[in-house]
Order: sequence, then structure tokens, then C-alpha cells
Amino acid sequence: MTLVDLANPSRFLAFTDRVLTWLAAATLLAFALGLSQVVAAPDDYQQGATVKIMFIHVPAAWLGIFAWALMSIAALGTLVWRHPLADVAAKAAAPIGAAFTLMCLITGALWGRPMWGTYWVWDARLTSVLVLFLMYLGVIALWRTIDDPTRAARATAVLTLVGAINLPIIKFSVDWWNTLHQPASVLRLGGPTIHPTILAPLVTMAIAFTLLFLTLHLGAMRNEILRRRVRTMRMLQASAAAGH
Amino acid sequence: MTALRALLVRDMRLAVRVGGGALIGVLFFLIVVTLMPFALGPDLALLARIGPAILWLGALLASLLALDRLIAMDHEDGSLDLILTARVPLELAVAAKAIAHWLTTGLPLVVVAPLLGLLLNLEPKATGAVALTLLAGTPALTFIGLIGAALTVALRRGGLLLAVLVLPLTVPVLIFGVAASNAAVVGPVPFGTPFGILCALTLMSLVVGPFAAAAALRHGLE
Repeated sequence: MTLVDLANPSRFLAFTDRVLTWLAAATLLAFALGLSQVVAAPDDYQQGATVKIMFIHVPAAWLGIFAWALMSIAALGTLVWRHPLADVAAKAAAPIGAAFTLMCLITGALWGRPMWGTYWVWDARLTSVLVLFLMYLGVIALWRTIDDPTRAARATAVLTLVGAINLPIIKFSVDWWNTLHQPASVLRLGGPTIHPTILAPLVTMAIAFTLLFLTLHLGAMRNEILRRRVRTMRMLQASAAAGH
Repeated sequence: MTALRALLVRDMRLAVRVGGGALIGVLFFLIVVTLMPFALGPDLALLARIGPAILWLGALLASLLALDRLIAMDHEDGSLDLILTARVPLELAVAAKAIAHWLTTGLPLVVVAPLLGLLLNLEPKATGAVALTLLAGTPALTFIGLIGAALTVALRRGGLLLAVLVLPLTVPVLIFGVAASNAAVVGPVPFGTPFGILCALTLMSLVVGPFAAAAALRHGLE
């Protein structure tokens, strides 16, 4: 079975049936490994144990941005290539991405209170991530407001692509502006500046969170396909009852 | 070219005539700016300091409320179908509508802003800066709002959703508009720096807005 066969919803459902349990198991394993590494990681000489919030905060931030990037590619899939499951992927990714972004904002605020002395500051990084969260909510609202799934798919695809301009702004905000949020330490030219004893748990947790995202995403796509089938069946039933 | 000009003139005539869309926006701007001192207290020094921000927020909300009329009205009376099937490229058609909308709702806000600056005890340099930044920034608000209007055109009560979709996209315009106004009065940053970025945002929205709106109209309507 080639990748293009997955565009067929029934084959995709069969695929998720096989894959989802293994993905969930892999996620649990990765989290177990990651959390054990987090517990074993050394305390920061300045921040103490509070630095370990980073192991949740940073992967959540990465995935919040990754989800929007995924939605943008899915939007291209809907508008340009007319892929049958592209809009299902986009609709499934939106709430998960919003949740990760919210988690990033909350863990960041909890980390900022002891470190910076404030829960929130209106610097470029925090503001652009907050705007990303608002845009997630806007996309979810637009999905729910338009009745017909196909029309909703195309409208939200346009909105997602317009909002994609926020992603490079978030990434480079710490370089372009003088921000309280620290500059890039991992994904930068010249390699990471974090010590390996802290970088290793971070990477493991990032992998664990990504597997979690994939599991939730495939599950949500599955639910969305089934939801649309139920909707179609209801409509057929209603029109049959009306005698058409 | 004549088709676009006809569309522009038609939209301007409608905005001036029907329901007073042009002046209602100005009235709302006035009311918002009047409400602020009731909430903030009449301390003139405070009002002078945050005056540019109040004017910018009032202009943003006023242009937001007027967006409802941009495309939805044409959708209701069927002229949107004519525009969609015309030989004029849809991108240029919606751009013409947006220009007409800005001339009738955005530009009056810019004209009225200095008068409202008097209410807020702004010094002349600040008033001039606010008026100039509004002149450069209100087209951006209109063209970004064009995207939201095109996305929500077929919804019956899409007004609040329109605001939710458009406001996050207008945040950079607001930031740099107020930054430029404040830079003219106080602060080491020269006025030109944030003003240049504001102009860049407007130019970008002049391109992105029509293309995104046309895509939304083509794909979003059956």
C-alpha cells in the first residue's frame, strides 16, 4: 500500500486502526524515558529545580508552532492539490495546536514568576505567541460557524495561510527585538548552546511530545472522518424520511 | 479599467447614501474617544500621554465595525455574483471595493482625529503624528479587514466572528502606529523607524488582502 492510498478515507481508517495503538505505546515509552531523564537532570546553578519547567515549556512551544505549520501545508493541500483528507488533517490539528500553545503560555507564566518576577510581560516573543493562540481560536471558531464542511475547509485554509506569517515572526522575534525572553539556544546557526546534560532530556521530551501530537492528531482525524460519515447518514435518513 | 472605476464610484456612492456608513464610523470614533475619559478619569496629563493609543484604538474599532458592509451587502442583493462572474479579475475588483471603503470610512477617521486630539489634550506634535500614522495605517486596517469580510460573507450573523478573525492580524499595525505616534513626542527612537515599518505593513496588506479575499470568495461561496 503506497502513501497515496491513504488519501482514501476508508483505507486511512484501516491504517489508523493498525497504527494508533503502537503510536500510543511509543508515546508512553518516550514519556517514561523522558521523565526519567528529567528527574535525573542536574539543577541549574541559578534557577535550581525550576529550570525543569523548560522540559515542558519548550516542547509545547515547538509543537504549537509545528501544528500551525502542519495546518498550513494541509491548507495548501486543500486549496491547491485538492487532497481529500487535507481538510480533515487541518481541522483535527487546530484544537491540539491551540492546547499546546496554551500550555506553553501557562508554563511560561509559571516559570516567569520566580525567574523574572512577573507572570507576563508584553515583549515580542510572548505577544506573538499570544496572537498565535488567538488565531488558533479564530480558526476553530470559523470551522464551527460554517455548516458545510467543504466550504468551511476552504475558508479556514485561506485563513490558515494568512496566519502563517506569524510563524517566522515568533521564531525571529527574539532576534529582531530586545526581549525579556531569552534568545534561541537550540535551533540556531552555530548549534545549541545548552549543555548536553540538559539538552538530552529536552530532545527526549520533544520527541515524546511529538509522538503525543501524532497520536492525538491521528485519533482526531479518525473521529472527524467518522463524524462526517454520521452527518451524511443523518442527512440521507432525513431526506429519505421526507420522501425524496 | 472603466469597470473598476465604475465599481469604485458605485461603492463610494452607496457608502455615502445608504445608512450613512461613512459618517456612522466617525460618530462611533467620537463616542469611543468620549467614553475613555469617563473610564480613565479627567486627568489631562494622563490623557495626553495615552492619547495616541486611545485615538488608534478608536480608529481600529470604528473601521472594524464598518467592515460588515464591505462585501456582505453585495452578497445580500446579488451583486457579488455579478462581480464574481465579471471579466475583471476578482483580486482587482475587491481591491477597488476596499479602496472605496477606505475613502469613505477610513479617511474621515483620519480627518476627524486631530479634532478628537483636542478632547484628549494632545500637543500639536502628537496630533500631527497621530494623523499621519492613521493616514498610513487605516488602509492596512481596511485591507486586512477585507480578508475577514470575505471569509465571513456568507454567514448570517458573522459580525463578532469577523472581529475575532481580523483583530489578531491588525495587532502589528496597531503596535507600530502607536509606536510611531509616541516616537514623535517622546523617546529616543526617531519617528521614521516605526513609521517606515507601518508603511511597509500597509503596502504588504495592499497585496495580501485582495489575493486572500479573492481566494476566500472563490472557495468559500458555492
